[in-house]
Amino acid sequence: MKSDRGDIELAGVCKSFDGATYVVDGVNLKIADGAYCCFIGPSGCGKTTILRMIAGHEDPTAGEIVIGGQNVVGLAPVQRRTAMMFQSYALFPHLTVRDNIAFALRVRGMSKADRLRAADAMIEKVRLTQFADRLPAQLSGGQQQRVALARAAITEPRVLLLDEPLSALDEQLRVQMRQELRRMQQDLGITFIHVTHTQLEAIALADLVVVMEQGRIKQAGAARDVYAHPHDRYVAEFMGGQNVLSGLVEKVNGSTFTLAQAAPDGIEVPLQARSTVSVGDKIDIAVRRDDVALVRPGRELPPGCTTSLPSRVLAIEYQGYFVKVMLDTVPDDAFVAYVPEKVFFADPFTVGDVVMATWATGSALPLA
Amino acid sequence: MQPSPNPSRANLAGWLYVSPLVLVLVPFFVAPILVVVAASFFATDGFGGLTPGFTLASYVEVLHSALTLKLYLATIKFTVLTWIFTLVIGFCVAYFLVFHVRNQLLAIGLFLLCTVPFWTSNIIRMISWIPLLGKEGLINQALLALGVIRQPLEVLLFSDLAVVIAYVHQLTIFMIVPIFNSMARIDKKLIEAAIDAGASRFDIMRLIVVPMSKSGIALGTIFVVSIVMGDFFVVKVMSGGGSASVVSAFYEDVGVLQYPTAAASAVLLTLVLVAIVSLILRTVDIRQEITR
Repeated sequence: MKSDRGDIELAGVCKSFDGATYVVDGVNLKIADGAYCCFIGPSGCGKTTILRMIAGHEDPTAGEIVIGGQNVVGLAPVQRRTAMMFQSYALFPHLTVRDNIAFALRVRGMSKADRLRAADAMIEKVRLTQFADRLPAQLSGGQQQRVALARAAITEPRVLLLDEPLSALDEQLRVQMRQELRRMQQDLGITFIHVTHTQLEAIALADLVVVMEQGRIKQAGAARDVYAHPHDRYVAEFMGGQNVLSGLVEKVNGSTFTLAQAAPDGIEVPLQARSTVSVGDKIDIAVRRDDVALVRPGRELPPGCTTSLPSRVLAIEYQGYFVKVMLDTVPDDAFVAYVPEKVFFADPFTVGDVVMATWATGSALPLA
Repeated sequence: MQPSPNPSRANLAGWLYVSPLVLVLVPFFVAPILVVVAASFFATDGFGGLTPGFTLASYVEVLHSALTLKLYLATIKFTVLTWIFTLVIGFCVAYFLVFHVRNQLLAIGLFLLCTVPFWTSNIIRMISWIPLLGKEGLINQALLALGVIRQPLEVLLFSDLAVVIAYVHQLTIFMIVPIFNSMARIDKKLIEAAIDAGASRFDIMRLIVVPMSKSGIALGTIFVVSIVMGDFFVVKVMSGGGSASVVSAFYEDVGVLQYPTAAASAVLLTLVLVAIVSLILRTVDIRQEITR
């Protein structure tokens, strides 16, 4: 209770329920005070378990969880000053909105007048005043979500933990509530940790995106770093928006190397962070889908492009401001180009057309 | 449900749905009650013969008798004691099964264990108390051997205590089942949310578990109260004839062919029970809780 800071440090955190398999396997992470952090990964990757361990509903098998400079392992949620917003909200069905929100104050022994005043102030903050006397079942999904948020926030926690807070809502509401979460986080000025399996949600909200796979952190960083500079194939594929190609290194020439591929001249890739590449290595590279340009065969490539891969158009999907063109560029992996709508319709392709897929050499990214 | 284009056909379908129940309830429930109600207004020749007519004489007799009040008080005493014990035991057992037994299979097994006493008849179950509670019974012998008492305790068997013990033994399952049922529907996440908010075990019990088990408690209460108030057999056997209940009085009436008085007592008891049940239903909206 001595610190109001909500910075979190996970050090070597492991969790095993059966003693044999580790759901969370040696996680190290620092989350700054007042940050919005999103854990993202497929179901079963351990992200919810990490959240529950930070919340104090699960004890780590090994490792330390430090909040505001204090190791909180073994402490009750109240002592940690964390609050959790549960998936599908877990609102008390027999209590009104006001009593749900005032619950934490009630069990802390606050007088009835005080706690109802505090609850009403919070209800106003989440704009539910006219619903204060309703039962949760009489509210819409979005309203229930706001009740859950208010109920968690009323204790003035230093960390708010959200377990898939938007998964119970329909698409339109999800986008709307996403903004509300972000606004709330800035209002309260506390650390939010949000678990999701939707990458759009994560990159739209988070200061810190943590991508997980099988109990381990694959990459943690700012949303733009994780999206634009994935470390490896898993992150690139999970975050989406990238084409991943693999091949053998054919030759290394100064600042670039060449990857053997279906292309007659191979693919030229800048070396960048990957310093040690030798001929014969099997390497994955990523190319952003919106960096791929499609050119009809025989036409001149745009400036800066040295690689062009002949491909056949497999399918076309209109997405509004861009057109998604699926190609058979590489034999085993999907290869997709996001062509701006205006560019596409200036010279539209049809399914079956042969095109050259190309990109500026500098935009290809070697993966670990 | 889709509104039917033809209202009379929808009506017919509705009647068909309820007809099996109606066919059972009308001859076996409604008709006997009507017979009893009618008999309570008839006069009697004192030898079992009934004279059709309309007289309130039987009611006047029942209501004027000092015995009636005494019997009601005795019955209510048994009912309240039984209710308290079955409620406490039933609530604890249900709570244990729902919240402490993690293994579902084990929970079902333990639940079935609660029904074991019902594998044998009521009479056997009552007689089985004799070797335990009797003068030469296990409890008395154990206490004598330990030197706690010098004379065997007489109060254990053929007493009000024995009556309550037998009722609790018989009826606790009627509390366990509905309370278990309503508790099992409490989302475990709610408990976790309450812990997250800082609730103690007692807070969780008081603010979450008990209010959310209300419908089960009400149902169990209805079962227990109506069974105890409608019983005379356990009282008769377990008290050794020393105590009586409302029903034992009109059982005696039937024995001496006083049918109208017996019928009037029965109608009175039914009204009292209806009043109690509707009071319970007023405090808990069972229908709403069940469809929740």
